[in-house]
Amino acid sequence: MAAAVRTRAARGARGARSPRRPLMAVAGALIALVFVLPYLIMLIGSFKSRSEILRVPPTYLPEEWLPSNYVDMWSTPETPLPYNLVSTIVISVCATLVVLVVAAPAAYYTARHRFPGRLVFLLLVLVTQMLQPTVLATGLFRQFVTLGINDTWLAMILVNSAFNLSFAVWIMHSFFAAIPRELDEAAALDGASRLQILRRVTMPLVWPGVVTAIIFTFVACWNEFAASLVILTTAENQPLSVALTKFVGQYESAWQYVFGVSIVGIVPVVVLFALIEKRLVAGLTAGAVK
Amino acid sequence: MTTTATRPASRSSDRPRGGRSRWAATARALPWLGPTLLLVAGVVFFPAGYMAWTSFRDLSQFGIDNGPAGLDNYARLLEFTALPRVLLNTVVWVVGVVVVTVLLSLALAQFLDKAFPGRRFVRLTIIVPWAASVVMTTTVVYYGLDPFYGIINAFLVDVGLLDQPYGFTRNAVPAFLTAMGIAVFVSLPFTTYTLLAGLQTIPTDVREAAQMDGAGPWATYRRIILPLLRPALAVATIINIINVFNSLPILAVITGSIPGYNADTTTTLIFKFIRADRQIDTASALSIVNFLIVLAVILVYLKVVKPMRED
Repeated sequence: MAAAVRTRAARGARGARSPRRPLMAVAGALIALVFVLPYLIMLIGSFKSRSEILRVPPTYLPEEWLPSNYVDMWSTPETPLPYNLVSTIVISVCATLVVLVVAAPAAYYTARHRFPGRLVFLLLVLVTQMLQPTVLATGLFRQFVTLGINDTWLAMILVNSAFNLSFAVWIMHSFFAAIPRELDEAAALDGASRLQILRRVTMPLVWPGVVTAIIFTFVACWNEFAASLVILTTAENQPLSVALTKFVGQYESAWQYVFGVSIVGIVPVVVLFALIEKRLVAGLTAGAVK
Repeated sequence: MTTTATRPASRSSDRPRGGRSRWAATARALPWLGPTLLLVAGVVFFPAGYMAWTSFRDLSQFGIDNGPAGLDNYARLLEFTALPRVLLNTVVWVVGVVVVTVLLSLALAQFLDKAFPGRRFVRLTIIVPWAASVVMTTTVVYYGLDPFYGIINAFLVDVGLLDQPYGFTRNAVPAFLTAMGIAVFVSLPFTTYTLLAGLQTIPTDVREAAQMDGAGPWATYRRIILPLLRPALAVATIINIINVFNSLPILAVITGSIPGYNADTTTTLIFKFIRADRQIDTASALSIVNFLIVLAVILVYLKVVKPMRED
């Protein structure tokens, strides 16, 4: 009896999965649909004409598909979208470069060397990771007004790099820490300088961590909203995330353009995130979940 | 920088011994950590301090400092008539969104942990709301729920769930609940992925052993899986609490055009103080309150999760 139960259970663990698999695939497809539905609505809406997207009752699919929306959207009266796109790109690219240059040495050194203050430093990094520009927006605004750099790209590059630094330090730190020291020592015995070791031996091994840090920082900067909202007041300086809110609450909105711009703003970052899918969690949770 | 980097002799002092060499070891680390420290000090800690200082000053609407204000800014917060409602909203917002997110994510992670055709595709689609700008996601839902031309409203009517289009985004309470739904939606990806990572640390033989001992799937889950999932659950919950508490864009888009404060949390109220009322001093006082709440959550995180332990 016991043996019979056991074999049935054992078979159940492996065998019973197969008849349920098609059902699970259907459920999976439904889940996938729910997660992409808003973006499907966006995509379809971006091809509608202005009169059709405001029609009562609405149409599900465009009666007339207008790919020309993707050209016309750059000159909508609500906000100067070409400037907003340039702003978003400049701020995100610069902040990501700053993060990389600043975080990589810190991540390398803390992973490779024990020194008094190391844990304090790592704790500091961890705490800043959990702080967000939102909670400090008032202070940042005051600070930049006092310094005379409010409403500038520089201010937002500083904010974005400072608040994304900790993630980059953590993820690169964990990659550096995973490399056996013997590798460095062997290279040092062969007469390589520390910088050469970093470039030739360590860098290729930590490359996945670096890529993760770059992508994660870039996407976070790209989507940043709260600090930009109070610090960037000139329409031309604002990123896409802030610019798009100007369409909401206005009657007769040019929704088709909002969606066209959203698609342009979303597709690149989704592709980037998909590239680092497997490593997203490791960095964010700072090694607490392996 | 380069001279420090190329000096191979520093290896011997990696393990500090005496008092002077200890300081020397820290000093040697500074060029490597300096830029990080500078950026964090200048753009995280300085504004925090400046904000605290501003919260005790009397600032004009144009940012002119009229001298010390004592606790006036905090007193003005307490006298703010909408404060009880805003505090209640904040609690409902954080607790509601985090609890629903975690429960749904537990189910989703459990589902995605099993093998089925197309699993990789489903996992990739879940990333989309994570990568996409929250403002953009919220904006399309706002449009979809418009009572006149909204496509989601029309769909709900067409399938018979509604008799006529409903103004989800027109009044404070339904708009707030709608915003909570969106907040859950955009929080699911991170939470699900964290829990999935947690599930993958549980060896399959642990599960199989439980099943062989005759435990049903529910008993296995509750007695074996859930306790082992605790670290991942703690991380996901605490990071979500901070994210949801700090969330601005969803409520800004959905309820921003509704007059009054019935759909505000402390976070969105700060931004109304700054942008609509130009009361930087009162905004600073409320920001300090928020900042202390976030610090308290971070302390809980450090205590519960212990992310600093080294293996």
